[in-house]
Amino acid sequence: MAHAAEPTLHGLMAEFENATALVDAATKARLAGYRKMDAYSPIPIEELNEALDLKRTRLPLLVLIGGILGGLGGFSLEYWVSVIAYPMNVGDRPLNSWPQFIPVTFETTVLGAALTCFIGMWALNKLPQPYHPVFNVDAFGRASTDRFFLVIETTDPRFERHATWKFLEGLHPVGVSEVAP
Amino acid sequence: MDKSHAPVALSAETKALLGRTPAVIEPGHTFESVTETIGHVVLSKRTPIGWFLGFFIAFILLMVLNMTIGNLLMKGIGIWGNNVPVGWAFDIINFVWWIGIGHAGTLISAILLLFRQQWRTSINRFAEAMTLFAVACAAMFPLLHTGRPWLAIYWLFPYPNTMGIWPQFRSPLIWDVFAVSTYGTVSALFWFTGLVPDMATLRDRAKSPFARRIYGMLSLGWRGSAKHWQRYETAYLLLAGISTPLVLSVHSVVSFDFAVSVLPGWHATIFPPYFVAGAIYSGFAMVMTLAIPLRKFYHLEDFITMRHIHNMTKVMLVTGMIVAFGYSQEAFFAWYSANPYEQYMMYNRMTGPYAVFYWSLIGINAVMIQLFWFRSVRDNIPFLFILSLLVNVGMWLERFIIIVTSLHRDFLPSSWDMYAPTRWDFGMFAGTIGLFLALFFLFIRFLPAIAIFEMRTIVPEAKLKAEHHG
Repeated sequence: MAHAAEPTLHGLMAEFENATALVDAATKARLAGYRKMDAYSPIPIEELNEALDLKRTRLPLLVLIGGILGGLGGFSLEYWVSVIAYPMNVGDRPLNSWPQFIPVTFETTVLGAALTCFIGMWALNKLPQPYHPVFNVDAFGRASTDRFFLVIETTDPRFERHATWKFLEGLHPVGVSEVAP
Repeated sequence: MDKSHAPVALSAETKALLGRTPAVIEPGHTFESVTETIGHVVLSKRTPIGWFLGFFIAFILLMVLNMTIGNLLMKGIGIWGNNVPVGWAFDIINFVWWIGIGHAGTLISAILLLFRQQWRTSINRFAEAMTLFAVACAAMFPLLHTGRPWLAIYWLFPYPNTMGIWPQFRSPLIWDVFAVSTYGTVSALFWFTGLVPDMATLRDRAKSPFARRIYGMLSLGWRGSAKHWQRYETAYLLLAGISTPLVLSVHSVVSFDFAVSVLPGWHATIFPPYFVAGAIYSGFAMVMTLAIPLRKFYHLEDFITMRHIHNMTKVMLVTGMIVAFGYSQEAFFAWYSANPYEQYMMYNRMTGPYAVFYWSLIGINAVMIQLFWFRSVRDNIPFLFILSLLVNVGMWLERFIIIVTSLHRDFLPSSWDMYAPTRWDFGMFAGTIGLFLALFFLFIRFLPAIAIFEMRTIVPEAKLKAEHHG
């Protein structure tokens, strides 16, 4: 909690009827100088990335690294098993018969990338998270069906309970409510 | 279902226009109506009588599977009909058949996503579930063919064991282990990732505290945050991109099990593409077999429209023709090779003791599918249901022919023999069908069979209004 005076609040939540209103509101809030905020919607809305000025995720880079490590791991395992741990001489053919190691290397590359993608996405999103203040608002139950929400958090340096409330009211929401922490 | 969400009436002109290409989703739907229609199937307290009836039949077959496996583990794989020279029979036929069926799920969920095929949205969830269940059924066959799976694990996976023995990485069978286990894992991750936002929807709509708790746990606390959606969408696309080469590799590797050997009828370079096309062909047939009753009994015709049925038929037509081309090439190369063993293999398939199966598969996979050219056939749902079942039979026969006719008469006439399955072979096959159906029935009762959040993205409400961009 940044504001000692308001320890009982996570932020203020405005509810909107459609995606257009939410993107509009998010853009206006950012232009008004708010930074610590989040939008909630039942569908992914690409325009929100720009409206909220979200940074591009690092996930693709992580997945690339995961894939490379998976591939190297798979090939190293095959090399170690076939050349060092359990060499088997078949008609004096080379022990490191690398073309035959490619299918498994490919599969472990895919596995490494996919596991990194899955674990990485949830970890970056800090999920699973059993508790979050937004669920304290009753109306938020519709965030997973047909309603759109914008939350300005108290940690925002520009957050001021009454002024922010007024600002959100000015965006023509369905309603504004306080989010208990 | 709430009647207030019924689609709006359309003018005759609009209907005529829409008539040529049916819509991906019937007009008039909103976020709420989509969510309610799909969510209702899961959250409703009443389970339809038909569900119990279907599950009961599946459960009986599942018990047949348990009995077969029990007997197999007590007595050993001698209870099956395969023996030298036909050392591989139902255990690999059914494996390839099930794995092939699974491929359509990944094709729909990953490849069609990358190609921005909007019609995939309403069929991808249950097609992916089909993939998972099919892989589970498939994996059972090679695993149980080892006789003592708990002892055989060191043949399959490289782990430091007390004997100091390691798997042979030059063998296609080990490639298969890696391909199938990776495929199963990645499909499960992809499927679960897709389910999470829907779990949040069910959590928020469930009336019973128990359901809310279970769906709440499965939703991982998903709250639809814009930051989360951004990473989520990136991850979903990445998983699709990763799955695309994976699915092509899996059936290629399965075909290597045969193509890398020297046996006439198996040793063919055409196998990987021919197997992949066959997999997609049979998989779409299975998707159709499942989709037709699903849309009928759960009244999902608005979401699984004639567009989906038409497109699936067209995919089957294309892939089926590739398979038929594969048959023609097998025959051509047998003749062109001037190799007496290759030639005899083909002659034996066409005129030998199993010829009736060969001609049945040609009849189904090369001749019957020509019916799909006709729009009247593509519009006839009961007929399509029968055709889709026949396609699955045809593809099963294809694997039977490839495996059994190649093995039963190879190079040495003195080692020729006939193969016949025993009742335990049939029991195990019927049993895996039971397992597949039982899992599928549980799936449609407890999880949303159509991806709710993805369906929301294709209703008009999801589009931002134009003035915003000004």
